[in-house]
Amino acid sequence: MEPATTDSHADAHEEHHEESFWRKYVFSQDHKMIGIQYGLTALVFMLLGFCLMLLMRWQLAYPGKPIPAIGGLFGADNAPGGIMLPEFYNQLGAMHGTIMVFMAVVPLLVGAFGNYVVPLQIGAPDMAFPKLNMASYWCFLPGGLLMASSFFLPGGAARSGWTSYPPLSVLEDGQTVWLFGMILLITSSLLGAVNFLVTIIQMRAPGLTWMRLPFFVWAQLVTSFLLLLAFPPLEAAGVLQLFDRLVDTSFFMPDGLVISGEMEDFRSGGGSPLLWQHLFWFLAHPEVYVLVLPAMGMVGEIIANNTRKPIWGYKSLVYSVVFLGFMSFIVWAHHMFMTGMGTVISAFFQTTTMIISIPSVIILTCLLLSLWGGSIRFNTPMLFALAFLPMFAIGGLTGLPLGLTASDIPLHDTYYVIGHFHYVVAPGTIFAIFAGIYYWYPKVTGRKMSELLGKLHFWPSLLFINGIFFPMLIQGMAGLSRRLYDGGLTYEFAKDVMVWNKMMTWSAFGLAVVQIFFIVNFFMSLKTGEKVGGNPWRATTLEWTDAPSPPIGHGNFPKIPTVFRPAYEYSAPGSDEDFTAQSQPQEA
Amino acid sequence: MSVVIPYNVDPNPETGLYNAKLGVWLFLASEVMLFGALFSTYILLRTAAPAWPTGSDILNVPVAFVNTLVLIASSVTMVMSWASLKLNDFAKYKLYMGITCLCALAFLGIKAYEYGTKFSHGDFPANSTFLGIYFVLTGLHMLHVIGGLIVNGYLWGPGSKMFQTEPDRFANRIEVAGLYWHFVDLVWIFLFPVLYLLPGAGVVAGGGH
Repeated sequence: MEPATTDSHADAHEEHHEESFWRKYVFSQDHKMIGIQYGLTALVFMLLGFCLMLLMRWQLAYPGKPIPAIGGLFGADNAPGGIMLPEFYNQLGAMHGTIMVFMAVVPLLVGAFGNYVVPLQIGAPDMAFPKLNMASYWCFLPGGLLMASSFFLPGGAARSGWTSYPPLSVLEDGQTVWLFGMILLITSSLLGAVNFLVTIIQMRAPGLTWMRLPFFVWAQLVTSFLLLLAFPPLEAAGVLQLFDRLVDTSFFMPDGLVISGEMEDFRSGGGSPLLWQHLFWFLAHPEVYVLVLPAMGMVGEIIANNTRKPIWGYKSLVYSVVFLGFMSFIVWAHHMFMTGMGTVISAFFQTTTMIISIPSVIILTCLLLSLWGGSIRFNTPMLFALAFLPMFAIGGLTGLPLGLTASDIPLHDTYYVIGHFHYVVAPGTIFAIFAGIYYWYPKVTGRKMSELLGKLHFWPSLLFINGIFFPMLIQGMAGLSRRLYDGGLTYEFAKDVMVWNKMMTWSAFGLAVVQIFFIVNFFMSLKTGEKVGGNPWRATTLEWTDAPSPPIGHGNFPKIPTVFRPAYEYSAPGSDEDFTAQSQPQEA
Repeated sequence: MSVVIPYNVDPNPETGLYNAKLGVWLFLASEVMLFGALFSTYILLRTAAPAWPTGSDILNVPVAFVNTLVLIASSVTMVMSWASLKLNDFAKYKLYMGITCLCALAFLGIKAYEYGTKFSHGDFPANSTFLGIYFVLTGLHMLHVIGGLIVNGYLWGPGSKMFQTEPDRFANRIEVAGLYWHFVDLVWIFLFPVLYLLPGAGVVAGGGH
């Protein structure tokens, strides 16, 4: 830290001492503390979602065999004698999806990284609405806890898939709690989205024009627009489904529905199950981009920093991410080719889906070309960021056959789909999240995480995660359905590909084991990590160059910086250093 | 809090907006999507139905018409209260904001009466998709009125102390609350003709009357 800043630093500290424990750590209005709250909470939820997946994978590899060691804990209602019941498997599946999407990945990307990094990168003292920010977290936490607690409530957790298609979801247990939980989570996201948009539009530091913004901020801006405009229709759909469940309306219940041989005559009928799918996917397709755009943003930051050269095609990246955001609103029905919408509508959505792949490819190409001619530093954040590129590419390219109606017909609802979107979100986004954690950890704590443990975390994770998801593509192409709780035992055609299940399950367990390196590293480095200065990665953006690490309290900057340069001036010709801070004045 | 957030009161010269005004416009955009989804639901269910009732056969149009007038009046007094503040006339502000709150209460009272008669006639959401969407749309709108009433009531009562210390910031608050209130009004302007006035189609079997 510069000596000149110590005065204001001390002032900030003095103000801070007056804050009580509750104000500072629990009901904090400081975007950095809220970011940490979001991050830790979401990491715990992610671990929970991961554990649910491990249970499912045991069942798929060893159908009908008791779950070892912990099988007795689930009770006779869920797993008598440790053998998992189909109903319990369905709960695990629905909740794995819900937890991972709404309670882990989005809160990490937006709530944690967005909250912590965006105001620092744009040179703002905080978010525009600190109280709203606090309210956002305090909607998220009860929503998440309500969801997680539904396993222990009578009737159990939701079991109709994370997509909650009616009529099943209107009839099955556990769904009401899911809907209330979702309403809280949606409210949290909406509050956050408004806050991000106002912060980025209004509070950029002097000189930080749109084309000087770090790519991560652009990604967060577009993401916030998606959250703002896509979530309300799901909220509406959630309210309608609540009505169907609680006061027996028929928004999603068609005429003449026969359940277990009986007509339901207390409902009027006349509703449309397809209506739910439209409303749901109108959210959930933009949501897919919410899951990946901030990840691309983080990877962009880390690649520029570790190749020591400006990111390739910055403008193309920005235009692509904006176009992607726009297009993501008109592709939703490619999830519904098999519903009988009609060929005209299918053709429309097939076309828009092919169009949306173009900006995605441009972004990936820019990031890939950024590597060309760079003097690459292979530290842990960079390894995770590099792994993101091929993993996301597999995820994206396997999506193309699903976007074409003809090839979607055989692939629909098979393990191929599971493999496809997990490649996008797991070794794609979650690897980017790890990259982000390793990259910004020194910002938060003033210490680096261990490189050795980081590499012990990275290499086996890369191996094992492919061990889980690649065979899914093979199984899916053989026609194995995604929703079979016994892994497909009763199907003759599944015999050939079921052999993969054991390997996939053991890869999942291996992946679980190597996460221990991360957890140990995460906590040990708080105490023993190498102490570093304000700018350990020799980066150009404001959060490193003008804000001390670990940060001063509320207020972020000793003095609000002025920006003179684009975001990634690395190895500029004629410069003494291989990086030039955004806040360094241009020479006259 | 020691942190000073820029453009909290004065507009950002680049956008011409202070933070809360931009925030409320964005929030209203999300509200448009919320009600838009429900109106789309109405359209989808209606076009798929073999028959659809005429609103006025089931619902009480004169009462809803009075309610429409009440809500429009409250929107007018909302603007007057903001204008009074801008003219530095706090007493007038209190008067107009008070009327706005009373109008909101009147709207809720009339709505409660409408719901009450529906329920006592045995018209429940489960009876038909028309009644279902009617109760969802008007119910959600009613929640928005209640929310607006709470905010406006606070700004009329304890919240109005801010005028003594930070008059500009307080006037901004009224402007933002007003934008929201006009939106709530506008939603009703769409709800009233769509639910109460639009003629039905086909022969409705049973349900409704």
